[in-house]
Amino acid sequence: MGWKMWALKKSVWVYHVNVGACNNCDIEILELLTPRYDIERFGMMLVGSPRHADALLVTGICTRQSVRRLQEVYLQTAKPCVVFVIGSCAGDRGIFKAGYGSPAPVDEVIREVDPNAIIAYVPGCPPRPEAMISGVVKALAAI
Amino acid sequence: MKRTLIPIGPYHPLQEEAEFFQLFVEGETVVDMDVRISYNHRGIEELSSRKTFDQVPYLVERVCGICSASHPIAYIQAVEDIARVQVPDRALYLRTIVLELERLHSHMLWIGLAGHFIGYNTVWMWVWRYREPVMDILELITGSRVNYANAKIGGVRRDVSPDLYPEIRKAADAVVGPIELVIKAVRDDPVLRARLKGVGVLKKSAARAWCVTGPTARGSGLHIDVRKDDPYAAYDRLKFDEVVWDDGDVYCKFMVRCFECLEAVKIIHQCLDQIEPGPIDAMVREIPPGDGCGHAEAPRGETFHFVRSDGSATPVRHKVRAPSYVNIPSFKASCVGQEIADVALILASVDPCYSCTERVAVAKDVSTGKVLWTHSDLVRLSREKTVRMGGK
Repeated sequence: MGWKMWALKKSVWVYHVNVGACNNCDIEILELLTPRYDIERFGMMLVGSPRHADALLVTGICTRQSVRRLQEVYLQTAKPCVVFVIGSCAGDRGIFKAGYGSPAPVDEVIREVDPNAIIAYVPGCPPRPEAMISGVVKALAAI
Repeated sequence: MKRTLIPIGPYHPLQEEAEFFQLFVEGETVVDMDVRISYNHRGIEELSSRKTFDQVPYLVERVCGICSASHPIAYIQAVEDIARVQVPDRALYLRTIVLELERLHSHMLWIGLAGHFIGYNTVWMWVWRYREPVMDILELITGSRVNYANAKIGGVRRDVSPDLYPEIRKAADAVVGPIELVIKAVRDDPVLRARLKGVGVLKKSAARAWCVTGPTARGSGLHIDVRKDDPYAAYDRLKFDEVVWDDGDVYCKFMVRCFECLEAVKIIHQCLDQIEPGPIDAMVREIPPGDGCGHAEAPRGETFHFVRSDGSATPVRHKVRAPSYVNIPSFKASCVGQEIADVALILASVDPCYSCTERVAVAKDVSTGKVLWTHSDLVRLSREKTVRMGGK
């Protein structure tokens, strides 16, 4: 997948999936697009369809309703696709771990359909926009 | 004319969160609609009965990331109602400041998104840029941009140093110019006016019938504001206007939010004028048995919390009723008869927050003929289970 990987690192287009978040991570992601952080200058863009996306930004605890839907969205993306797990909820369900709302964390749900998925974690509740940018940069440097 | 069904969601580029709308259209006109929610059900109420009283604010803060001051404060007021705590004045003022800063940031967020929905991304970008100083000041006061964790049972967690007052005033004042600019733009710009005026009218009678709250109700001419009707925190000592516009269209809701931002700035200044040094925590040690209610005016409307204590360390029952829960069904009144192109804006106009709403997983009946669990079905199931368990 040499040239595909090379191509992936240029102008990452992201699709945002909220699978049961409290909106904090989501507004911070939108914050990234607005003038103070303005990630579009790095070629990153929010797109409206997973089929256009190089990366998924997943937020939230993956509720029972969203497990199948998240998997479907992941399968629809063009591979290779990087999954950015944004926030503590998506990473390890955070405070909701003890509850009945979520059967499994996001990475397990995605690994169920693709064991070789590339998953990057940005912890925090919510992570600061700077942390998200740094997470994306580090993940792209690592692959 | 032929009736067509347009599904929107659960994952749709228009929406931040997962929710599902079914629009029944004839030509371009919406004739009926249905909303399906609970994709975001996280079981917060159940979880809260397993946390101690002091841990629950951390959890309810995450009911909704944008109302993350209103929800904990409503919960805390419910607990204080049980324990009959006299909260120190300084703590009340500090809570009010955070609540109003939250209202500022939430309303500006909405104004930006409204611009985004009508394809006016300039509005979005500029307003969100002017919102940043508010976020900065919230971070300075509470330590986090969005989850404040500021209020606690009996007071607040952190004091604000008087050195910060000028900064808070500066950040609040910095918002006034841009908001006035937006108000002027909406009044004068023919495009914005045309897209907002007369769109998605929710009449006063309909607003009352659907029991809407917050800016949605005040945009329809209803005088409902918890801050005025049943003052909490320090609102009874502050002078501010209840912003009410009568027409019920998106334009009015837009204006209500803009003017509430200006009121919020006034309130913050008054708080800083009146606040005096003193204790910030009543040091509550024990929560006696009993029931308590607390409510607060979140940016989206009234949020209501009910807590029952049996004298142990955890709440026995904690009920959350979020504003969007009553605002969302009003779509049925405001969307029908409108064009499809306006629906996105009308849906956004109540500032719906689905993560707030999804406390209950009761599926409701729809007109499509699909079999869903109705409330009575669930009650029946529950009763049958009792019989099964008790029958043996």
